[in-house]
Parts: sequence; structure tokens; C-alpha cells
Amino acid sequence: MAFDVFLQHLTNGISLGSLYALVAIGYTMVYGILRLINFAHGDIFMMATYFTFYSIVIFGVPWYAAFLAVIVVTGALGVILEASAYRPLRDAPRISIMISAIGASFLLENLAIVIFGGRPKAFPALDFFTEVIKLGTVSIQRLTFIIPVMTLVLLYVLLYLINNTKSGMAMRAVSKDFETSRLMGIDVNRTISVTFFLGSMLAAVGGIMWGMKFPQIQPLMGVMPGVKCFIAAVIGGIGNIQGAVLGGFILGLVEILLIAFLPDLTGYRDAFAFILLIIVLLFRPTGIMGEKIAEKV
Amino acid sequence: MNNNTQKQSPLIRLDWIKERNPKLTIISLLLLGIFLYIADNRFDAYQVRVLNLCAIYTVLGLSMNLINGFTGLFSLGHAGFMAIGAYTCALLTMPVAVKDQNFFLEPINEVLRTIVLPYPAALLVGGIFAALMAFLIGAPVLRLKGDYLGIATLGFAEIIRIVITNLQTITNGALGLKSIPAKTNLWWSYGIAVFTTVFLVWLINSSYGRAFKAIREDEIAAEAMGINLFKHKVLSFVIGAFFAGVGGGLLGNLLGAINPLLFRFTLTFNILLIIVLGGMGSITGTIISAFIVTIGQEALRFLDQPFSLGFIQVPGISGLRMVVFSALLMLVVLFFRRGLMGTNEFSWDSFIGFFKNLGKGPGKPLSKGGTES
Repeated sequence: MAFDVFLQHLTNGISLGSLYALVAIGYTMVYGILRLINFAHGDIFMMATYFTFYSIVIFGVPWYAAFLAVIVVTGALGVILEASAYRPLRDAPRISIMISAIGASFLLENLAIVIFGGRPKAFPALDFFTEVIKLGTVSIQRLTFIIPVMTLVLLYVLLYLINNTKSGMAMRAVSKDFETSRLMGIDVNRTISVTFFLGSMLAAVGGIMWGMKFPQIQPLMGVMPGVKCFIAAVIGGIGNIQGAVLGGFILGLVEILLIAFLPDLTGYRDAFAFILLIIVLLFRPTGIMGEKIAEKV
Repeated sequence: MNNNTQKQSPLIRLDWIKERNPKLTIISLLLLGIFLYIADNRFDAYQVRVLNLCAIYTVLGLSMNLINGFTGLFSLGHAGFMAIGAYTCALLTMPVAVKDQNFFLEPINEVLRTIVLPYPAALLVGGIFAALMAFLIGAPVLRLKGDYLGIATLGFAEIIRIVITNLQTITNGALGLKSIPAKTNLWWSYGIAVFTTVFLVWLINSSYGRAFKAIREDEIAAEAMGINLFKHKVLSFVIGAFFAGVGGGLLGNLLGAINPLLFRFTLTFNILLIIVLGGMGSITGTIISAFIVTIGQEALRFLDQPFSLGFIQVPGISGLRMVVFSALLMLVVLFFRRGLMGTNEFSWDSFIGFFKNLGKGPGKPLSKGGTES
């Protein structure tokens, strides 16, 4: 394989990995605080692409304004989801909350089919992002550079929020111990809402970028990326934000490079992430950067 | 179902037949038989198909309830086991000519082409294959707990589906199988549903069943009591997968055409809806809700078509039916967490007691699971 083709695949893998990372952060934050797989996260991601599509194509909002509005609206959607589907079950057995999460995911998907229609739609192409840059023999869309850079910037902003603000401190406390932090006067419900808001905003950014990278959107588009991003979060060590980003990069890179080197396995592309998940769960259940948790009796 | 008869009556002697509860059970089974005979001869094809689906979803719901409801393992891999059962059963019952017709893109595997088995044998092989796969998967995966187990089994189901899509010479890939012989009839589906029910009632009341429930309530306490966690978890998983495979086989030969897209997570979701609505850990509840959900899904088809509300014409919105169903699942989980039956079971004593309390005489006994017959 020629070196420039390899570089092409590498940049592709990095930008796909950054998209996975953005969505994986949402999974890992929610899991860290509620110990819940937010099955509906992938569908929030899907909703964000549809919101963008409608605001740009139907309402003709300029893209930068549309992006901002979509990110805020999607964050609000995450907060509503938490308040309606998860908050009433705060003291319920884990399995009930999981089933509620699956139900919420299906509800969002089916609502999207009813409201937006089941037929795929074409995401608007924005010249600023899709312009092709030539670097020597490699030609790459500008988007391919923007995505990883933005992921890293957002990661640092998020880490700053978590480590240096009061809400961030509350989030860390709640994820360590629910009851104790309540006793310390932390508004647990508000903290969880903030977590969902931040996670869903990142999912919205991921969704917008995904729409520009793979410009065909349909109501079930969130399912596979959703599951894969959860896998990325598990690989990196669930509950750990840097871990989720690392897991996303690993998953994206390995997926693209595997297909590049072994084209025969293209049909098995989606199976690959699951195999990686099972291997990680068997040999290092807490992921690469996760802490060991001892079960208390 | 009949706890007190189990205590008092060895099955070898025939005096148990004289007691009230076994008599009622036999009478209701006979009524079910008569109802099926009438349905088989009088009902139209669509109604028969819906009745078949009810029985098949009963089998599937019961098998998933064994794993999720009774043993407390959060498994989301049911669609995968069903796919194995359905494909095995379909391929083994198709005559050679039909197989050649199906595999026009690439010829079918030569060994597989010549094997044709009678339907019951094919169902059994389908179930055994699913159980074998569950055994292979279970050995590593069942060490995981809670939602990790859920996502790993979901992953395996998805892997099974992707492998099926790619094995062109064995499964015909994404094209799927068409003109599968329509071997499933009311007698097969209800026979297997009754057998599954009886077997599960027996299993749940045996020492194995008590071990399953102990694992569900508290793994650590169960282990301290000397229950081999891993053995019992694998056992429950394998038995559940066996019945899922058989149910998948019934489904495939009922529908007549299967393809990998049929066995997506949506199918597992449907069965999950059934066991949550009926009550996780209740055999009776699963049977009732299998009928409610299946018939409900058919009855709500009008939502997808145009209908009029007297003065306004509502245009048909395809997909509205599924919105209603997913909203229903959420409402059940949010407000009726125990489902219809919780972990209670139907018994003749409480059933008759209920009517006595109402001040009326005992009503007409319902058939198994209290569904109409």
C-alpha cells in the first residue's frame, strides 16, 4: 500500500474516531453518574442531525446560527429525556431503568419516523467544511481536520468545567456517592440534568459533524453509531472522560485500517466493534483507563 | 399452576385425577383443543396466522422470561438465537428444488442442499443449534453482570446477524430465504406453547428453579448458600436459547420468508415488551401479555392507515403504531413497574376464590393463561 493511501486512511480513521469520541463522552458521563447505559443517546444524536437539516434546509437559517441553536435545543432534549424517563425511576431496580432507556430510544426512533419520514434525506453540504484541501498527494476535506481539532478543544473545555467549576465538583461528588452528596447539600437532580445537558450538547456536535461527513440521514442512523460509541466508552474505561476519547480514537482507527488492509472483511465491519468489546470485557472489564471497583456486600 | 397437587399426589397413581384442580386443568386443555379445532376449520387465514403468532410469542416470551425474569440475567440476545433457529429450521425443511430456486446468486453448500428433515426434527435441530450457540457464548459472557451482560449479548446477537448476512452459500446472505414450506399450523404452535409452559412450570418449581430465583434475588447470598452460580446461569441461558430457537423455527416457517433484517434488535424489543408488560418472573403474565401484545399490534394497524374521526379525516401515518407501542412500554415501566401479574401465578384456588369473593359462583374456567377460548 502506498504511503499516501495509508495517510488518507489514517486521517479518515482519526476523524471517524473523533466523532465516536464526542458521542462516547455523553455515554461515559451518564454512566459515571447514574450507572445507566443511556440507550437513547444514539437517538439524541440522530435528532440533532434532523434539527440541523430542518433549520438549514427548510428555515434557511445561516449555518453558524443553526449549529448554535441545534446544540442548545439538543441539550434541552437530553434534559427533558432525563426528567421524563429516568428521574421517576431513581429508586427503582436497575433493570427497570434500563428498560425505560430502551423504551425511550424506541420512542424517539419511531417518533422520528412519523415526524420526519422514513425516507433518507440529504444533509446540506456547506462549502466551508466540505472544501477539499490538497496536501502533497493527499487530498482531504477540510472537515477531516476540523473534527479532531474540535473534539480535543471540547474535551479540554469539558475537563475544565468538571475540574474547576462548582457544578463540575458536584458532578464528581454525585458520581462517587449519591447519598453522601445529597447529605452534603448538593442538588442531585440538578447535577444530573447538567450532566445530560452537557452530554447531549456533545452528541449534537457529533451529530452535526457526522451529517456533514456521511450526508445521508435517516431515523435509524443513530442506532449503530450509538452502540459503537458505547463500546468506545467501555473500551476506554466507562466513567472516565479521557478514556472515552481514547476508546473512540482506537475504535475509529482500527475500524478504518482493518477495512483498508483486509478488504475481504468489509461485510463484517459492524461485527468488529462487538468482538473488540467482548475481548475487552473479558480481559479488562474496567477498560483501559477505568478504576477497579470492588463489589460491596 | 397447581402447587397443592404436587405436594400430595405422586403422578404414578391415578387418584390425582379425582382432585378438583387437575380436572379443571384437563378440562381447560380440552377446551383449548376444541377451540383450536374450530379455529383450524372455520377461521380465515389471517385470523389463524394471528393465533399462531400469539402462540409463538408465548414460547418466545417464556424463554426470555426464564433468562431475564426468573434468573435475573439481563440478556438482550434473543433475536440472535431466534435467527439461528429460524434459519436452521427453514433450510432443513426446504425441498431441494426450492433451495436451488432460492440460491440463484451463488449455489448452496452441497452438503446442506441434500439434507431435508421432517418438520419436528428440523425444529428440534434449530433449538439445539441455538442452545449450542448459547453454551458457547454463555461460557465467557455470563461472567459479566447487569448492563454489561445486556450489551455483550446484544453484541453477540448482532454478530450472529452479520455472520448470517455474509455467509452467502449457507444462508443466502442479505437476500434471505423465500418460499419456506408453511409447516407451522395451530397444532404445532399451540402444542409447543403448552409444552413450553408445562416444562417451565416444572422447571421453576424444581430445585433448579429455586436456585434461579435465588440468583435473581441476591447473587452473593445464593453463592453463600452453595449454589453454583455459573452452572445455573449457563443452564438457564441454554434452556432459554433452546426455546428461542424453536420459537424462531416456528416463526420462520409461519412467515414463509426470512432475511437478516427481520432479526434486528426490534424483535428482541418486542419480546422484552411482552415480558415487562406481563410481569418479569410470571409465567401466567407472559402468556397473557403475549396474546395482548400480538393481538394489539394487529388491532392497532388501523393507526397506520387513513381513518376518519367522524368529522375529520386522519391521514395514515405509517409508524404511528410503533410510537404507541414504545410509549406503552415506557408507561408500563414508569407507572406499573410490576406489570400485569408481578411475580404472581395463576392457580385454580385463587381463581375460584376470586369469584367466590365476588359473591358469584365459579365462572366458566378459562383456558391456559386465562386467554379466550
